[in-house]
Amino acid sequence: MSVSETRFVPDRLHGRAYRMARSWESLLIVVVVAIFIINSFASPYFLDAWNLSDATFNFTEKALIAFAMALVIISGEIDLSVASIIALASTAMGYAAQFGAGTPELVVIGLGIGLLCGAFNGFLITGLGLPSIVVTIGTMSLFRGLSYVVLGDKAFTGYPADFAFFGQGYVFWVISFEFVLFAVMAVLFGILLHLTSFGRMVFAIGNNATAARFSGIRVGRVKFLLFLMTGVMSGMAAICLTSRLGSTRPSIAFGWELEIVTMVVLGGINILGGAGSIIGVVLAAFIMGLVTFGFGLMNVPGIVMSIFIGLLLIGVIALPVLYTRIARRFRRDEAL
Amino acid sequence: MMARIFKHREMLLLVAILLLVGAIELRFPGFVAPRNLVSIYNDTAILIILALGQAAVILSRGIDLSIAANLALSGTIAALLNVAFPDLPVIFLLVAATFSGAVLGAINGLLVWRLSIPPIVVTLGTMTIYRGTIFLLTGGAWVNAHEMTDAFKAVPRAVFLGIPVLAWFSLAVIALMLVILVMTRLGRAFYAVGGNPHAAVYTGISVGRTHFFAYLIAGALAGLAGYLWTARYAVAYVDIANGFELDVVAACVIGGISIAGGAGTAVGAVLGALFLGIIKNALPVIDVSPFWQMAISGTVIIIAVAVNARSARVKGRVILKKAEHAL
Amino acid sequence: MPDAQQNAAIALDGITKTFPGVRALSDVSLALYPGEVTALVGENGAGKSTLVKILTGIYQPDGGEITMDGEKVSFSTAEAASEHGVTAIHQETVLFDALTVAENIFIGHAPTNRFGLIDWKQIHDRARDILDSIGARIDPRHRLSELGIANRHMVAVARALSVDARVVIMDEPTAALSQKEIEELYELVEKLKADGKAILFISHKFDEIFRIADRYTVFRDGEMVGEGKIAETDENTLVELMVGRPVDQVFPKQDVAIGGPVLTVSGYRHPTEFEDIGFTLRRGEILGFYGLVGAGRSEFMQALFGITKPSAGAVRIDDEIAVIRSPSEAVKQGIVYVPEERGTQGTITAMPIFENVTLPSLAKVSHKGFVRMAEEFALAREYTERLDLRAASLDQPVGNLSGGNQQKVVIAKWLATEPKVIILDEPTKGIDIGSKSAVHAFMSELAGRGLSIIMVSSEIPEILGMSDRVIIMREGRIVSELSRDEMSAEKLVRAAAGIGVAA
Repeated sequence: MSVSETRFVPDRLHGRAYRMARSWESLLIVVVVAIFIINSFASPYFLDAWNLSDATFNFTEKALIAFAMALVIISGEIDLSVASIIALASTAMGYAAQFGAGTPELVVIGLGIGLLCGAFNGFLITGLGLPSIVVTIGTMSLFRGLSYVVLGDKAFTGYPADFAFFGQGYVFWVISFEFVLFAVMAVLFGILLHLTSFGRMVFAIGNNATAARFSGIRVGRVKFLLFLMTGVMSGMAAICLTSRLGSTRPSIAFGWELEIVTMVVLGGINILGGAGSIIGVVLAAFIMGLVTFGFGLMNVPGIVMSIFIGLLLIGVIALPVLYTRIARRFRRDEAL
Repeated sequence: MMARIFKHREMLLLVAILLLVGAIELRFPGFVAPRNLVSIYNDTAILIILALGQAAVILSRGIDLSIAANLALSGTIAALLNVAFPDLPVIFLLVAATFSGAVLGAINGLLVWRLSIPPIVVTLGTMTIYRGTIFLLTGGAWVNAHEMTDAFKAVPRAVFLGIPVLAWFSLAVIALMLVILVMTRLGRAFYAVGGNPHAAVYTGISVGRTHFFAYLIAGALAGLAGYLWTARYAVAYVDIANGFELDVVAACVIGGISIAGGAGTAVGAVLGALFLGIIKNALPVIDVSPFWQMAISGTVIIIAVAVNARSARVKGRVILKKAEHAL
Repeated sequence: MPDAQQNAAIALDGITKTFPGVRALSDVSLALYPGEVTALVGENGAGKSTLVKILTGIYQPDGGEITMDGEKVSFSTAEAASEHGVTAIHQETVLFDALTVAENIFIGHAPTNRFGLIDWKQIHDRARDILDSIGARIDPRHRLSELGIANRHMVAVARALSVDARVVIMDEPTAALSQKEIEELYELVEKLKADGKAILFISHKFDEIFRIADRYTVFRDGEMVGEGKIAETDENTLVELMVGRPVDQVFPKQDVAIGGPVLTVSGYRHPTEFEDIGFTLRRGEILGFYGLVGAGRSEFMQALFGITKPSAGAVRIDDEIAVIRSPSEAVKQGIVYVPEERGTQGTITAMPIFENVTLPSLAKVSHKGFVRMAEEFALAREYTERLDLRAASLDQPVGNLSGGNQQKVVIAKWLATEPKVIILDEPTKGIDIGSKSAVHAFMSELAGRGLSIIMVSSEIPEILGMSDRVIIMREGRIVSELSRDEMSAEKLVRAAAGIGVAA
């Protein structure tokens, strides 16, 4: 090998353009553009600023949690309790609103409950060393269960008028508050994951938690912080969703945990940990939102849409596997 | 001796169940009446069947989140067949549902085996696909009791030797899974593959094929449970057993089946399901709102994982001579 | 030699196996004869384990053929190999912790009754018979997780014997055994020979090769470079064949003025792994830790580095009490650890070289939590260049590097933290000769600069060549300590194996 004879080792082998062109994100961009084009041909109502703006509500709240979930999954864990945290946080806010709590108090309560739930998950997983998938299946039952205990078959509806801003307000023209929040959080989480030493540790832990620990990284502390984050982001999503719906039932956001995990995996985050990017999650959020919206315009029911998402989820992971397998076979044939 | 017995998690759980039942009986005499116990068991029968299927999957280090969706789809297929061809014998529908479940399970298994996609991703995807398919088949409409034949609905409710046929089905499945997990090479392969997949290869066990059969078995049991469910509740629609997959996983976890694979027993899965079933049935008896059930099962899951993790904590190498056998 | 191969129990001819980028075996031949022990020798990476995997059906060869009784056979799965009577006792005991001893012996080929169901009674009875026959006093109903290393090994042996084997492969079977257990194993090998089984014996220990083998085959860089009868060769010839040149391995040990105490350990103990460990390490000193595999050296080192919790013990660094409860605290105190398991504990193989190097020093190359790429590359470059790392680029994944270069990445990673004490656990295991001496030279240089080094090694020449002082451990305890002048290979072996001491 000629490589071993040169003493100089360059920093990088390939330029930025080459690395970008080969990335998962580029593939997702192609998918987004394709869906956009198909939809605009399929329905004349698609390319309408207000309709598109409405469509963003399909994904903004889920995406808020998906950003934090992305970090958790990259670190090799999972949090299935997020939707139940929404239910509990929303219930707590509804309960407080009954006693006349104002909007600032509600926000503090929503985020605070999220933080507490996240801390509880984090303690069980990092403090007691329990597997996150089972712990969060348990807390998923527990958190939503508490919501049922408080609410039963009733609902909270009496929210202050200005509380509606988070889920229904617009910052500028068609740009909703939720969309701005989504964009800001995307940037913040992108920076956290890709530019900070914390983000680097998350990748290291997800790739090989043992080696990370052997390298002096406080694995438990990093993971604990990640569960705090999914908790707080679930609280934030609870504020937006409660504000948008104007009411709280214990079944609020039911089944969202799996949609959020789907969004994250679709975004190219390795479910086994160690790899992925926030841009991918943003693109996956758009894909899921646009597909829902497009199917909605064509009067396709949501449940059929979910078949599509399911196929997409398996397809995007299966295709690269099949591709490399076929490519290998092709190369072998050539060699013979 | 006592310590030896309590090393078995199943024993611990059995004691917990007996204490629970005893406590309820003390406050509310009559809970332990045979008729009531049979009814509780009957209500838990479907959960037991599914938990045993899930146990095979989890033992081999997988997870099947599509198990409830599989139940719903297979049950709906049986119900639709019954509506379309009322003359078909029920046994045929039962076999059809089981077969449909096996096919759906095989799809999971093939994706895990042939494409090496992580089980959680595969079954998350097929879960939504299977449920969506019900919508495509029914157009979103319900298959109601009056559309089903009486024979279709009668089977699980029929009573044989004082016990409903539904319960008999679950007893048969328990016996079957006990034999498979303890007495067959396939069953032991689940343990080997889940405990140490790397080593399993050296013993001549095909890891992928073993996974495949685990999903196949779980699927077939889900299909059987699908018929039992639609016949017992006399209804089939998109959302039946929605979210039930997590109860099933919970039953396994409570039963001491390690989510990391390779450890646990069929008896454990059954006891785990029974524990959840008893809590669910006891709440109305002891006059607690059924809305507490979810929170309680959540707490039980967390306690169960914590207890199991304590007994299964990874031990280092045993180097000191005096430490051997003394564990 | 078609004539000789006629009598062979199994013969491999022209076997070739290629992995992406590596030719692991090229045109290799090997014949094993009934009632004879053939020793397979070669350095790490010579292709021995690939050959074992081909013989046991884990890998399929790209070319060449395997014949048994003059008939061509193919082992497409591990099952097929075992059906042909080829069985292996593996280096890493590939067994199942959660299952019982009896089941570990029979899994994969459990006897069944006429209904096709597993016959548990027969399993337990036969397991007891086999264990008795090899003199292992183990209850077949015990869980494997309750057994110590030597007994686990006996289970692996019993497993190999549970198949009606014609060919038995023993992959470094004595590595973890005490002298007494090794003697028992030799008796077992004699018995197998007498039963007419063909044995392939892989070992690094020349004394045992000359003690029990009838024939030898030497591998080097994936090729068969020599074979013959043991009686017609000697140790030096074998070593030369292995290495490819006459060896007088020179250890670049510099004379260093050894300073005052840096690290003092006292009373370290752990419930199952080690007891009463105490010693002092001085500035500029290389302290060797010798012992058999499984003597508790790595376990103690990991406790010292904060990975596992000892039940008692104290550490002083520069004469101040140091509390080490986690690796991050150890690193802060200036103690770093280069683990034996490079792939799983030392490096994050999927991540690039520069990220691996800077991982423990992220605080150094970041400001307010933001990583500065330019500084990161500069730091990675500084230390990888000092170690003369050979790589295509610094953003290449570590997994693509050779073993020696991966080791350099791990060492670079730790040097970048500017430690006081560096613990090297089997620093040259699985590394080619060239990189080996580079690592040794570098160790010497570091000691010369005042760094204190603990070197855990199972290779006697390395211990003799590099250490200023050696501590010998056996079964979790320190049994001897020798200065550089007192050291000899014989003393090391005797102390480590417990010869001449009450067991």
